[in-house]
Amino acid sequence: MIEVERCSKSFRRTQVLDDVSLVIPAGERAALVGANGAGKTTLIRCLLGEYECDGAVRLGGESPRAFRTRVLRRVGFVPQIPPPLKMPVGSLIRFAADLCGTDPRKIGEVAARLGLDVAALAPRAFSKLSGGQKQKLLIAVALREGVDVMILDEPAANLDPEARASFFELLARRDHGTTMLISSHRLDEVAALVHRVVEMDRGRVVLDDRIADSDALDARLRCRLELRREEPSAARVLREWGFRPTEAGTVWQGSVAAADRLRFFGMLARYSGLVADLQLRAGDGSDA
Amino acid sequence: MRDEALAGENVGGRAAGATRAAAARAPGRLGRDLRLVARLDLVEALRARWFAVYATVFGAIVVLLFVFGLTESQILGFLGLSRLLVTYIQICMAVLPIFVLITTVRSVVGDREAGVFEYLLSLPVSLGGWYWGRLLARFVLVFVPVLLAMAGAAGWAVLQDIPVPWDLFGAYTGLLASLAWCFLGVGMLISSLARSTDVAQGAAFSVWLVLVLFLDLILLGVLVQERVSSDIVVAVALANPLQVFRTAAMMLFDPGLVLLGPSAFVILDAFGKAGYLVWAMLYPATLGCVCAAAGYAVFRRGDLP
Repeated sequence: MIEVERCSKSFRRTQVLDDVSLVIPAGERAALVGANGAGKTTLIRCLLGEYECDGAVRLGGESPRAFRTRVLRRVGFVPQIPPPLKMPVGSLIRFAADLCGTDPRKIGEVAARLGLDVAALAPRAFSKLSGGQKQKLLIAVALREGVDVMILDEPAANLDPEARASFFELLARRDHGTTMLISSHRLDEVAALVHRVVEMDRGRVVLDDRIADSDALDARLRCRLELRREEPSAARVLREWGFRPTEAGTVWQGSVAAADRLRFFGMLARYSGLVADLQLRAGDGSDA
Repeated sequence: MRDEALAGENVGGRAAGATRAAAARAPGRLGRDLRLVARLDLVEALRARWFAVYATVFGAIVVLLFVFGLTESQILGFLGLSRLLVTYIQICMAVLPIFVLITTVRSVVGDREAGVFEYLLSLPVSLGGWYWGRLLARFVLVFVPVLLAMAGAAGWAVLQDIPVPWDLFGAYTGLLASLAWCFLGVGMLISSLARSTDVAQGAAFSVWLVLVLFLDLILLGVLVQERVSSDIVVAVALANPLQVFRTAAMMLFDPGLVLLGPSAFVILDAFGKAGYLVWAMLYPATLGCVCAAAGYAVFRRGDLP
Protein backbone atom coordinates (compact mmCIF):
# COMPACT_ATOMS: atom_id res chain seq x y z
CA MET A 1 0.00 0.00 0.00
CA ILE A 2 1.20 3.50 -0.88
CA GLU A 3 0.28 6.40 1.41
CA VAL A 4 1.16 10.00 0.77
CA GLU A 5 -0.05 12.45 3.39
CA ARG A 6 0.13 16.20 2.84
CA CYS A 7 3.40 15.90 0.98
CA SER A 8 5.08 19.13 -0.12
CA LYS A 9 8.43 19.63 -1.76
CA SER A 10 10.23 22.78 -2.87
CA PHE A 11 13.46 23.36 -4.71
CA ARG A 12 14.65 26.76 -3.54
CA ARG A 13 11.65 28.97 -4.29
CA THR A 14 9.89 26.60 -6.66
CA GLN A 15 7.09 24.55 -5.14
CA VAL A 16 7.13 21.23 -6.97
CA LEU A 17 4.73 19.26 -4.77
CA ASP A 18 1.97 21.16 -3.01
CA ASP A 19 0.16 19.36 -0.22
CA VAL A 20 -0.30 16.09 -2.13
CA SER A 21 -2.32 13.37 -0.43
CA LEU A 22 -2.87 9.99 -2.00
CA VAL A 23 -3.67 6.47 -0.89
CA ILE A 24 -3.26 3.50 -3.21
CA PRO A 25 -4.46 0.33 -1.49
CA ALA A 26 -2.68 -3.00 -1.85
CA GLY A 27 -3.39 -4.65 -5.18
CA GLU A 28 -4.54 -1.50 -6.94
CA ARG A 29 -3.03 -0.30 -10.21
CA ALA A 30 -2.99 3.47 -10.58
CA ALA A 31 -1.80 5.68 -13.40
CA LEU A 32 0.05 8.85 -12.49
CA VAL A 33 -0.38 11.21 -15.40
CA GLY A 34 0.35 14.83 -16.08
CA ALA A 35 2.34 17.12 -18.31
CA ASN A 36 6.08 17.57 -17.98
CA GLY A 37 6.79 19.50 -14.78
CA ALA A 38 3.57 18.39 -13.11
CA GLY A 39 5.51 16.81 -10.24
CA LYS A 40 5.29 13.10 -11.16
CA THR A 41 9.00 12.38 -10.98
CA THR A 42 9.39 14.33 -7.74
CA LEU A 43 6.54 12.36 -6.18
CA ILE A 44 8.12 9.10 -7.33
CA ARG A 45 11.46 10.11 -5.83
CA CYS A 46 9.72 10.93 -2.55
CA LEU A 47 8.09 7.49 -2.66
CA LEU A 48 11.51 5.91 -3.15
CA GLY A 49 12.90 7.86 -0.19
CA GLU A 50 15.31 9.73 -2.42
CA TYR A 51 13.94 13.17 -1.60
CA GLU A 52 13.30 14.74 1.75
CA CYS A 53 9.81 16.23 1.85
CA ASP A 54 7.32 17.75 4.21
CA GLY A 55 4.41 15.56 5.22
CA ALA A 56 4.56 11.78 5.33
CA VAL A 57 5.24 9.10 2.75
CA ARG A 58 4.75 5.45 3.64
CA LEU A 59 5.04 2.24 1.69
CA GLY A 60 3.55 -0.72 3.48
CA GLY A 61 3.19 1.48 6.55
CA GLU A 62 6.86 2.45 6.75
CA SER A 63 8.82 5.49 5.67
CA PRO A 64 11.10 4.70 2.72
CA ARG A 65 13.51 7.36 3.95
CA ALA A 66 13.86 6.05 7.48
CA PHE A 67 13.59 2.33 6.74
CA ARG A 68 15.05 2.45 3.26
CA THR A 69 16.57 -0.99 2.81
CA ARG A 70 13.60 -2.85 4.26
CA VAL A 71 11.08 -0.82 2.30
CA LEU A 72 13.01 -0.78 -0.98
CA ARG A 73 13.47 -4.53 -0.88
CA ARG A 74 9.72 -4.71 -1.61
CA VAL A 75 9.76 -2.05 -4.33
CA GLY A 76 10.41 -2.59 -8.03
CA PHE A 77 11.25 0.60 -9.89
CA VAL A 78 11.70 1.29 -13.58
CA PRO A 79 12.89 4.82 -14.39
CA GLN A 80 11.77 6.70 -17.46
CA ILE A 81 15.36 7.34 -18.56
CA PRO A 82 17.74 4.43 -18.05
CA PRO A 83 20.81 5.48 -16.06
CA PRO A 84 24.13 5.79 -17.95
CA LEU A 85 25.79 2.92 -16.11
CA LYS A 86 29.16 1.84 -17.46
CA MET A 87 29.22 -1.40 -15.52
CA PRO A 88 28.77 -4.71 -17.35
CA VAL A 89 25.23 -6.06 -17.56
CA GLY A 90 26.25 -9.17 -15.60
CA SER A 91 27.63 -7.05 -12.75
CA LEU A 92 24.47 -4.97 -12.57
CA ILE A 93 22.28 -8.07 -12.36
CA ARG A 94 24.50 -9.66 -9.71
CA PHE A 95 24.56 -6.41 -7.72
CA ALA A 96 20.77 -6.05 -7.78
CA ALA A 97 20.22 -9.73 -7.02
CA ASP A 98 22.68 -9.74 -4.10
CA LEU A 99 21.11 -6.62 -2.61
CA CYS A 100 17.59 -7.95 -2.98
CA GLY A 101 18.43 -11.47 -1.88
CA THR A 102 17.21 -13.04 -5.09
CA ASP A 103 18.70 -15.42 -7.62
CA PRO A 104 20.30 -13.63 -10.60
CA ARG A 105 19.16 -16.48 -12.85
CA LYS A 106 15.56 -15.60 -12.12
CA ILE A 107 16.18 -12.05 -13.29
CA GLY A 108 17.69 -13.56 -16.42
CA GLU A 109 14.58 -15.71 -16.91
CA VAL A 110 12.30 -12.67 -16.73
CA ALA A 111 14.60 -10.86 -19.16
CA ALA A 112 14.37 -13.84 -21.50
CA ARG A 113 10.56 -13.61 -21.41
CA LEU A 114 10.97 -10.05 -22.64
CA GLY A 115 13.28 -11.21 -25.43
CA LEU A 116 16.60 -10.27 -23.83
CA ASP A 117 19.45 -12.79 -23.78
CA VAL A 118 21.25 -11.78 -20.61
CA ALA A 119 23.99 -14.40 -20.95
CA ALA A 120 25.04 -12.99 -24.30
CA LEU A 121 24.96 -9.42 -23.05
CA ALA A 122 26.60 -10.05 -19.65
CA PRO A 123 30.07 -8.65 -20.53
CA ARG A 124 28.70 -5.58 -22.35
CA ALA A 125 28.48 -2.21 -20.64
CA PHE A 126 24.90 -1.35 -19.72
CA SER A 127 25.31 2.05 -21.36
CA LYS A 128 26.11 0.35 -24.69
CA LEU A 129 22.73 -1.41 -24.87
CA SER A 130 19.91 -0.08 -27.01
CA GLY A 131 17.08 1.82 -25.33
CA GLY A 132 14.79 -1.20 -25.57
CA GLN A 133 17.39 -3.58 -24.16
CA LYS A 134 18.03 -1.27 -21.20
CA GLN A 135 14.31 -1.00 -20.51
CA LYS A 136 13.87 -4.78 -20.63
CA LEU A 137 16.71 -5.34 -18.22
CA LEU A 138 15.41 -2.74 -15.75
CA ILE A 139 11.95 -4.27 -15.96
CA ALA A 140 13.42 -7.72 -15.32
CA VAL A 141 15.15 -6.41 -12.18
CA ALA A 142 11.97 -4.65 -11.05
CA LEU A 143 9.89 -7.82 -11.50
CA ARG A 144 12.10 -9.81 -9.15
CA GLU A 145 10.74 -11.97 -6.33
CA GLY A 146 9.53 -10.35 -3.15
CA VAL A 147 8.33 -7.15 -4.81
CA ASP A 148 4.81 -6.07 -3.89
CA VAL A 149 5.00 -2.38 -4.83
CA MET A 150 5.88 -1.46 -8.38
CA ILE A 151 6.68 2.07 -9.43
CA LEU A 152 7.02 2.28 -13.17
CA ASP A 153 7.87 5.46 -15.04
CA GLU A 154 6.87 5.08 -18.71
CA PRO A 155 7.91 1.43 -18.51
CA ALA A 156 6.85 0.29 -21.97
CA ALA A 157 7.91 3.35 -23.95
CA ASN A 158 10.97 1.74 -25.55
CA LEU A 159 9.64 -1.80 -25.96
CA ASP A 160 8.67 -3.48 -29.20
CA PRO A 161 5.11 -4.91 -29.47
CA GLU A 162 6.15 -8.45 -28.62
CA ALA A 163 8.11 -7.36 -25.55
CA ARG A 164 5.20 -5.15 -24.47
CA ALA A 165 2.82 -8.09 -24.68
CA SER A 166 5.23 -10.19 -22.57
CA PHE A 167 5.55 -7.30 -20.14
CA PHE A 168 1.76 -7.13 -19.74
CA GLU A 169 1.67 -10.88 -19.14
CA LEU A 170 4.36 -10.57 -16.50
CA LEU A 171 2.43 -7.75 -14.83
CA ALA A 172 -0.71 -9.89 -14.94
CA ARG A 173 1.05 -12.58 -12.92
CA ARG A 174 1.57 -9.94 -10.27
CA ASP A 175 -1.98 -8.74 -10.47
CA HIS A 176 -3.04 -10.04 -7.08
CA GLY A 177 -1.70 -8.12 -4.13
CA THR A 178 0.89 -6.05 -5.97
CA THR A 179 0.35 -2.31 -5.85
CA MET A 180 1.37 -0.54 -9.03
CA LEU A 181 1.92 3.13 -9.76
CA ILE A 182 2.52 3.66 -13.45
CA SER A 183 3.60 7.11 -14.50
CA SER A 184 3.16 8.57 -17.94
CA HIS A 185 2.64 11.96 -19.50
CA ARG A 186 -0.07 10.42 -21.70
CA LEU A 187 -3.07 8.60 -20.29
CA ASP A 188 -3.61 6.57 -23.46
CA GLU A 189 -0.24 4.91 -22.94
CA VAL A 190 -1.26 3.38 -19.64
CA ALA A 191 -5.06 3.53 -19.47
CA ALA A 192 -5.48 -0.14 -20.28
CA LEU A 193 -3.15 -1.15 -17.46
CA VAL A 194 -4.84 0.56 -14.53
CA HIS A 195 -7.99 0.78 -12.41
CA ARG A 196 -7.51 4.35 -11.43
CA VAL A 197 -6.11 7.59 -12.79
CA VAL A 198 -4.38 10.25 -10.71
CA GLU A 199 -3.62 13.39 -12.67
CA MET A 200 -1.15 15.97 -11.44
CA ASP A 201 -0.71 19.55 -12.50
CA ARG A 202 1.75 22.03 -11.05
CA GLY A 203 2.44 19.90 -8.01
CA ARG A 204 -1.17 19.16 -7.06
CA VAL A 205 -3.50 16.25 -7.64
CA VAL A 206 -6.19 17.68 -9.91
CA LEU A 207 -8.03 14.47 -10.77
CA ASP A 208 -8.35 11.18 -8.90
CA ASP A 209 -10.85 8.93 -10.58
CA ARG A 210 -11.55 5.27 -11.18
CA ILE A 211 -11.83 4.01 -14.72
CA ALA A 212 -14.06 1.28 -16.05
CA ASP A 213 -12.70 -2.18 -15.40
CA SER A 214 -10.35 -3.03 -18.17
CA ASP A 215 -9.49 -6.38 -19.68
CA ALA A 216 -7.17 -8.67 -17.85
CA LEU A 217 -3.60 -7.49 -18.32
CA ASP A 218 -2.65 -10.61 -20.23
CA ALA A 219 -5.77 -10.66 -22.46
CA ARG A 220 -5.15 -10.74 -26.21
CA LEU A 221 -7.32 -9.65 -29.11
CA ARG A 222 -7.36 -11.66 -32.31
CA CYS A 223 -7.09 -9.35 -35.27
CA ARG A 224 -7.78 -9.59 -38.99
CA LEU A 225 -6.72 -6.69 -41.14
CA GLU A 226 -7.40 -6.24 -44.83
CA LEU A 227 -5.42 -3.70 -46.81
CA ARG A 228 -6.43 -2.17 -50.10
CA ARG A 229 -3.06 -2.94 -51.65
CA GLU A 230 0.36 -4.25 -50.73
CA GLU A 231 2.57 -1.69 -49.06
CA PRO A 232 6.13 -2.64 -48.02
CA SER A 233 6.39 -0.19 -45.09
CA ALA A 234 3.02 -1.29 -43.66
CA ALA A 235 4.05 -4.94 -44.13
CA ARG A 236 7.27 -4.36 -42.23
CA VAL A 237 5.48 -2.71 -39.30
CA LEU A 238 2.79 -5.42 -39.20
CA ARG A 239 5.49 -8.09 -39.08
CA GLU A 240 7.03 -6.25 -36.11
CA TRP A 241 3.64 -6.60 -34.42
CA GLY A 242 3.74 -10.34 -35.09
CA PHE A 243 1.19 -10.33 -37.95
CA ARG A 244 1.40 -12.73 -40.90
CA PRO A 245 -0.06 -12.28 -44.42
CA THR A 246 -2.60 -14.86 -45.53
CA GLU A 247 -3.78 -13.89 -49.02
CA ALA A 248 -1.60 -12.18 -51.55
CA GLY A 249 -0.12 -9.90 -48.93
CA THR A 250 -3.28 -7.84 -48.43
CA VAL A 251 -4.94 -9.78 -45.60
CA TRP A 252 -3.02 -9.99 -42.34
CA GLN A 253 -3.79 -11.91 -39.18
CA GLY A 254 -2.30 -11.75 -35.74
CA SER A 255 -3.07 -10.83 -32.17
CA VAL A 256 -2.63 -7.73 -30.10
CA ALA A 257 -2.30 -7.46 -26.33
CA ALA A 258 -5.55 -5.92 -25.11
CA ALA A 259 -3.60 -3.46 -23.04
CA ASP A 260 -1.75 -2.40 -26.16
CA ARG A 261 -4.73 -1.75 -28.38
CA LEU A 262 -4.54 2.04 -28.30
CA ARG A 263 -0.93 1.91 -29.34
CA PHE A 264 -1.90 -0.52 -32.11
CA PHE A 265 -4.57 1.89 -33.35
CA GLY A 266 -1.98 4.66 -33.20
CA MET A 267 0.29 2.63 -35.45
CA LEU A 268 -2.61 1.79 -37.75
CA ALA A 269 -3.57 5.46 -38.04
CA ARG A 270 -0.42 6.00 -40.07
CA TYR A 271 -1.83 3.64 -42.70
CA SER A 272 -5.53 4.47 -42.35
CA GLY A 273 -5.86 5.14 -46.08
CA LEU A 274 -4.79 1.55 -46.74
CA VAL A 275 -7.21 -0.16 -44.36
CA ALA A 276 -10.15 -1.83 -46.13
CA ASP A 277 -11.38 -3.89 -43.16
CA LEU A 278 -10.45 -4.42 -39.53
CA GLN A 279 -11.77 -7.02 -37.08
CA LEU A 280 -10.74 -7.32 -33.46
CA ARG A 281 -12.12 -10.15 -31.37
CA ALA A 282 -11.55 -10.99 -27.74
CA GLY A 283 -10.26 -14.45 -26.87
CA ASP A 284 -13.84 -15.65 -26.27
CA GLY A 285 -14.87 -14.62 -29.78
CA SER A 286 -16.84 -11.48 -28.90
CA ASP A 287 -16.19 -8.26 -30.81
CA ALA A 288 -13.76 -5.99 -29.02
CA MET B 1 24.57 5.71 9.00
CA ARG B 2 21.08 6.81 8.26
CA ASP B 3 19.34 3.52 8.05
CA GLU B 4 16.65 1.66 9.82
CA ALA B 5 19.00 1.40 12.74
CA LEU B 6 19.05 5.08 13.55
CA ALA B 7 15.74 6.14 12.16
CA GLY B 8 13.15 7.40 14.49
CA GLU B 9 10.43 8.58 12.20
CA ASN B 10 7.94 5.86 12.99
CA VAL B 11 5.98 5.86 16.19
CA GLY B 12 4.76 3.38 18.77
CA GLY B 13 6.15 0.27 20.40
CA ARG B 14 6.09 -1.82 17.22
CA ALA B 15 8.31 0.72 15.48
CA ALA B 16 10.65 0.90 18.45
CA GLY B 17 10.97 -2.88 18.42
CA ALA B 18 11.56 -2.88 14.69
CA THR B 19 14.20 -0.20 15.10
CA ARG B 20 16.02 -2.25 17.75
CA ALA B 21 15.89 -5.34 15.55
CA ALA B 22 17.13 -3.36 12.58
CA ALA B 23 19.95 -1.94 14.70
CA ALA B 24 21.08 -5.47 15.46
CA ARG B 25 21.14 -6.35 11.76
CA ALA B 26 22.66 -3.06 10.60
CA PRO B 27 26.40 -3.83 10.98
CA GLY B 28 26.13 -7.04 8.95
CA ARG B 29 24.10 -5.33 6.26
CA LEU B 30 26.48 -2.38 6.15
CA GLY B 31 29.40 -4.74 5.62
CA ARG B 32 27.59 -6.64 2.89
CA ASP B 33 26.46 -3.47 1.11
CA LEU B 34 29.93 -1.97 1.41
CA ARG B 35 31.46 -5.06 -0.19
CA LEU B 36 28.89 -5.16 -3.00
CA VAL B 37 29.24 -1.47 -3.79
CA ALA B 38 33.03 -1.58 -3.66
CA ARG B 39 33.08 -4.56 -6.02
CA LEU B 40 30.71 -2.84 -8.43
CA ASP B 41 32.73 0.37 -8.39
CA LEU B 42 35.96 -1.53 -8.99
CA VAL B 43 34.48 -3.41 -11.94
CA GLU B 44 33.18 -0.17 -13.42
CA ALA B 45 36.38 1.79 -12.85
CA LEU B 46 38.62 -0.93 -14.29
CA ARG B 47 36.85 -0.32 -17.61
CA ALA B 48 37.09 3.45 -17.35
CA ARG B 49 39.56 5.50 -19.34
CA TRP B 50 40.59 7.65 -16.38
CA PHE B 51 41.85 4.60 -14.55
CA ALA B 52 43.84 3.39 -17.55
CA VAL B 53 45.47 6.81 -17.83
CA TYR B 54 46.11 6.99 -14.08
CA ALA B 55 47.68 3.52 -13.85
CA THR B 56 49.76 4.18 -16.97
CA VAL B 57 51.10 7.45 -15.54
CA PHE B 58 52.50 5.81 -12.43
CA GLY B 59 53.83 2.81 -14.30
CA ALA B 60 55.45 5.12 -16.84
CA ILE B 61 57.07 7.24 -14.13
CA VAL B 62 58.92 4.24 -12.72
CA VAL B 63 59.89 2.98 -16.18
CA LEU B 64 61.24 6.42 -17.09
CA LEU B 65 63.22 6.63 -13.87
CA PHE B 66 64.84 3.31 -14.71
CA VAL B 67 65.39 4.30 -18.34
CA PHE B 68 67.12 7.51 -17.33
CA GLY B 69 69.44 5.51 -15.12
CA LEU B 70 68.50 6.97 -11.77
CA THR B 71 69.48 3.75 -10.05
CA GLU B 72 73.00 4.13 -11.40
CA SER B 73 73.44 7.84 -10.63
CA GLN B 74 74.75 9.06 -7.31
CA ILE B 75 73.31 12.33 -6.07
CA LEU B 76 73.54 13.64 -2.52
CA GLY B 77 75.03 10.32 -1.53
CA PHE B 78 72.06 8.27 -2.77
CA LEU B 79 72.34 5.50 -5.27
CA GLY B 80 70.53 2.31 -6.17
CA LEU B 81 66.81 2.10 -5.51
CA SER B 82 66.95 4.71 -2.73
CA ARG B 83 67.63 7.38 -5.31
CA LEU B 84 64.78 6.15 -7.48
CA LEU B 85 62.36 6.01 -4.55
CA VAL B 86 63.30 9.51 -3.41
CA THR B 87 62.58 10.84 -6.89
CA TYR B 88 59.42 8.77 -7.24
CA ILE B 89 57.91 10.03 -4.01
CA GLN B 90 58.64 13.64 -4.97
CA ILE B 91 56.82 13.09 -8.24
CA CYS B 92 53.96 11.37 -6.40
CA MET B 93 53.56 14.40 -4.18
CA ALA B 94 53.05 16.54 -7.26
CA VAL B 95 50.80 14.14 -9.19
CA LEU B 96 48.86 12.04 -6.67
CA PRO B 97 46.81 14.71 -4.81
CA ILE B 98 45.50 16.50 -7.89
CA PHE B 99 44.83 13.23 -9.69
CA VAL B 100 42.94 11.83 -6.71
CA LEU B 101 40.97 15.04 -6.22
CA ILE B 102 39.95 15.46 -9.85
CA THR B 103 38.82 11.84 -10.22
CA THR B 104 37.12 11.58 -6.82
CA VAL B 105 35.12 14.79 -6.87
CA ARG B 106 33.11 13.41 -9.77
CA SER B 107 31.95 10.36 -7.88
CA VAL B 108 28.96 11.71 -5.92
CA VAL B 109 28.06 14.84 -7.84
CA GLY B 110 28.80 13.22 -11.21
CA ASP B 111 26.49 10.30 -10.49
CA ARG B 112 23.85 12.68 -9.23
CA GLU B 113 24.05 14.78 -12.39
CA ALA B 114 24.03 11.78 -14.69
CA GLY B 115 20.91 10.30 -13.08
CA VAL B 116 22.69 7.23 -11.73
CA PHE B 117 21.44 7.79 -8.18
CA GLU B 118 17.79 7.77 -9.15
CA TYR B 119 18.05 4.15 -10.19
CA LEU B 120 20.83 2.62 -8.12
CA LEU B 121 19.62 4.19 -4.89
CA SER B 122 16.14 2.85 -5.56
CA LEU B 123 17.66 -0.57 -4.85
CA PRO B 124 17.75 -1.66 -1.20
CA VAL B 125 21.30 -0.53 -0.48
CA SER B 126 22.09 1.31 2.74
CA LEU B 127 23.40 4.82 2.25
CA GLY B 128 26.37 4.02 4.49
CA GLY B 129 27.22 0.97 2.42
CA TRP B 130 26.93 2.97 -0.76
CA TYR B 131 29.08 5.90 0.33
CA TRP B 132 31.83 4.05 2.21
CA GLY B 133 31.88 1.26 -0.36
CA ARG B 134 32.63 3.77 -3.07
CA LEU B 135 35.30 5.41 -0.94
CA LEU B 136 36.95 2.06 -0.26
CA ALA B 137 36.91 1.14 -3.95
CA ARG B 138 38.40 4.51 -4.85
CA PHE B 139 41.18 4.01 -2.34
CA VAL B 140 42.05 0.66 -3.86
CA LEU B 141 41.92 2.19 -7.33
CA VAL B 142 44.17 5.14 -6.57
CA PHE B 143 46.61 3.43 -4.24
CA VAL B 144 47.18 0.06 -5.91
CA PRO B 145 48.75 1.47 -9.12
CA VAL B 146 51.08 3.66 -7.02
CA LEU B 147 52.05 0.71 -4.86
CA LEU B 148 52.39 -1.69 -7.79
CA ALA B 149 54.68 0.72 -9.61
CA MET B 150 56.88 0.96 -6.51
CA ALA B 151 56.73 -2.80 -5.90
CA GLY B 152 57.57 -3.39 -9.55
CA ALA B 153 60.65 -1.20 -9.17
CA ALA B 154 61.68 -3.11 -6.04
CA GLY B 155 61.15 -6.43 -7.82
CA TRP B 156 63.23 -5.32 -10.76
CA ALA B 157 65.95 -4.08 -8.41
CA VAL B 158 66.06 -7.47 -6.66
CA LEU B 159 66.45 -9.19 -10.04
CA GLN B 160 69.25 -6.81 -11.00
CA ASP B 161 71.05 -7.19 -7.65
CA ILE B 162 70.44 -3.55 -6.81
CA PRO B 163 70.08 -3.10 -3.03
CA VAL B 164 66.49 -2.40 -1.96
CA PRO B 165 66.02 -0.23 1.16
CA TRP B 166 62.98 -2.06 2.54
CA ASP B 167 62.63 0.27 5.54
CA LEU B 168 62.40 3.22 3.14
CA PHE B 169 60.00 1.26 0.97
CA GLY B 170 57.72 0.57 3.95
CA ALA B 171 57.79 4.16 5.16
CA TYR B 172 57.01 5.53 1.69
CA THR B 173 54.15 3.06 1.32
CA GLY B 174 52.63 4.29 4.57
CA LEU B 175 53.08 7.94 3.65
CA LEU B 176 51.57 7.46 0.19
CA ALA B 177 48.60 5.51 1.58
CA SER B 178 47.96 8.24 4.11
CA LEU B 179 48.24 10.98 1.49
CA ALA B 180 45.91 9.14 -0.91
CA TRP B 181 43.31 8.57 1.83
CA CYS B 182 43.52 12.22 2.88
CA PHE B 183 42.76 13.54 -0.59
CA LEU B 184 40.09 10.91 -1.14
CA GLY B 185 38.31 12.18 1.95
CA VAL B 186 38.67 15.79 0.82
CA GLY B 187 37.43 14.82 -2.64
CA MET B 188 34.38 13.01 -1.28
CA LEU B 189 33.50 16.00 0.92
CA ILE B 190 33.72 18.38 -2.04
CA SER B 191 31.74 15.95 -4.18
CA SER B 192 28.96 15.72 -1.58
CA LEU B 193 28.77 19.49 -1.13
CA ALA B 194 28.91 20.53 -4.78
CA ARG B 195 25.78 20.70 -6.91
CA SER B 196 27.54 20.36 -10.25
CA THR B 197 30.65 18.63 -11.56
CA ASP B 198 32.07 21.91 -12.79
CA VAL B 199 31.82 23.48 -9.34
CA ALA B 200 33.29 20.35 -7.74
CA GLN B 201 36.27 20.31 -10.07
CA GLY B 202 36.84 24.03 -9.59
CA ALA B 203 36.71 23.62 -5.82
CA ALA B 204 39.06 20.62 -5.93
CA PHE B 205 41.57 22.55 -7.98
CA SER B 206 41.31 25.51 -5.60
CA VAL B 207 41.92 23.31 -2.56
CA TRP B 208 44.95 21.77 -4.20
CA LEU B 209 46.26 25.19 -5.20
CA VAL B 210 45.85 26.58 -1.68
CA LEU B 211 47.74 23.61 -0.22
CA VAL B 212 50.50 24.02 -2.78
CA LEU B 213 50.71 27.74 -2.03
CA PHE B 214 51.11 26.92 1.65
CA LEU B 215 54.16 24.79 0.96
CA ASP B 216 57.22 26.20 2.69
CA LEU B 217 58.87 27.60 -0.36
CA ILE B 218 56.05 29.97 -1.27
CA LEU B 219 53.56 31.20 1.25
CA LEU B 220 55.49 30.30 4.34
CA GLY B 221 58.25 32.51 2.95
CA VAL B 222 55.78 35.35 2.69
CA LEU B 223 54.51 34.70 6.20
CA VAL B 224 58.02 34.88 7.60
CA GLN B 225 58.73 38.02 5.57
CA GLU B 226 55.61 39.65 7.07
CA ARG B 227 56.93 38.81 10.57
CA VAL B 228 54.15 36.44 11.46
CA SER B 229 54.75 34.50 14.67
CA SER B 230 56.92 31.43 14.11
CA ASP B 231 54.33 29.35 15.99
CA ILE B 232 51.75 30.23 13.36
CA VAL B 233 54.17 29.43 10.57
CA VAL B 234 54.95 26.03 12.04
CA ALA B 235 51.26 25.38 12.78
CA VAL B 236 50.38 26.13 9.15
CA ALA B 237 53.12 23.78 8.01
CA LEU B 238 51.92 21.04 10.32
CA ALA B 239 48.30 21.48 9.25
CA ASN B 240 49.01 21.27 5.54
CA PRO B 241 48.94 17.56 4.59
CA LEU B 242 51.08 18.24 1.53
CA GLN B 243 53.72 19.95 3.64
CA VAL B 244 53.56 17.22 6.26
CA PHE B 245 54.09 14.58 3.56
CA ARG B 246 56.87 16.57 1.96
CA THR B 247 58.73 17.10 5.22
CA ALA B 248 58.39 13.44 6.20
CA ALA B 249 59.59 12.29 2.78
CA MET B 250 62.52 14.67 3.10
CA MET B 251 63.29 13.39 6.58
CA LEU B 252 63.68 9.86 5.30
CA PHE B 253 66.70 10.76 3.23
CA ASP B 254 67.80 13.82 5.23
CA PRO B 255 67.25 12.86 8.91
CA GLY B 256 68.61 16.19 10.15
CA LEU B 257 66.31 18.11 7.81
CA VAL B 258 69.23 20.24 6.71
CA LEU B 259 67.37 21.08 3.51
CA LEU B 260 64.43 22.50 5.46
CA GLY B 261 66.39 25.17 7.32
CA PRO B 262 65.81 26.49 10.84
CA SER B 263 62.22 25.26 11.14
CA ALA B 264 63.69 21.76 11.25
CA PHE B 265 64.73 22.44 14.84
CA VAL B 266 61.13 23.09 15.86
CA ILE B 267 59.93 19.88 14.18
CA LEU B 268 62.71 17.70 15.53
CA ASP B 269 62.50 19.19 19.03
CA ALA B 270 58.74 18.81 19.22
CA PHE B 271 58.33 15.42 17.54
CA GLY B 272 61.65 13.69 17.01
CA LYS B 273 62.17 11.72 13.81
CA ALA B 274 59.96 8.76 14.71
CA GLY B 275 57.28 10.98 16.20
CA TYR B 276 57.11 13.11 13.10
CA LEU B 277 56.82 10.07 10.85
CA VAL B 278 53.90 8.86 12.96
CA TRP B 279 52.33 12.33 12.70
CA ALA B 280 52.90 12.34 8.94
CA MET B 281 51.03 9.08 8.58
CA LEU B 282 48.27 9.59 11.13
CA TYR B 283 47.39 13.23 10.55
CA PRO B 284 46.58 13.08 6.81
CA ALA B 285 44.71 9.80 7.31
CA THR B 286 42.70 11.32 10.16
CA LEU B 287 42.01 14.45 8.14
CA GLY B 288 40.79 12.23 5.30
CA CYS B 289 38.50 10.34 7.68
CA VAL B 290 37.06 13.56 9.12
CA CYS B 291 36.43 15.01 5.65
CA ALA B 292 34.90 11.76 4.41
CA ALA B 293 32.64 11.56 7.48
CA ALA B 294 31.55 15.17 6.94
CA GLY B 295 30.86 14.32 3.29
CA TYR B 296 28.75 11.36 4.35
CA ALA B 297 26.76 13.53 6.75
CA VAL B 298 26.01 15.92 3.86
CA PHE B 299 25.25 13.08 1.45
CA ARG B 300 22.71 11.30 3.64
CA ARG B 301 21.04 14.47 4.89
CA GLY B 302 19.75 15.96 1.69
CA ASP B 303 18.05 14.90 -1.52
CA LEU B 304 19.89 11.98 -3.08
CA PRO B 305 19.39 12.36 -6.87
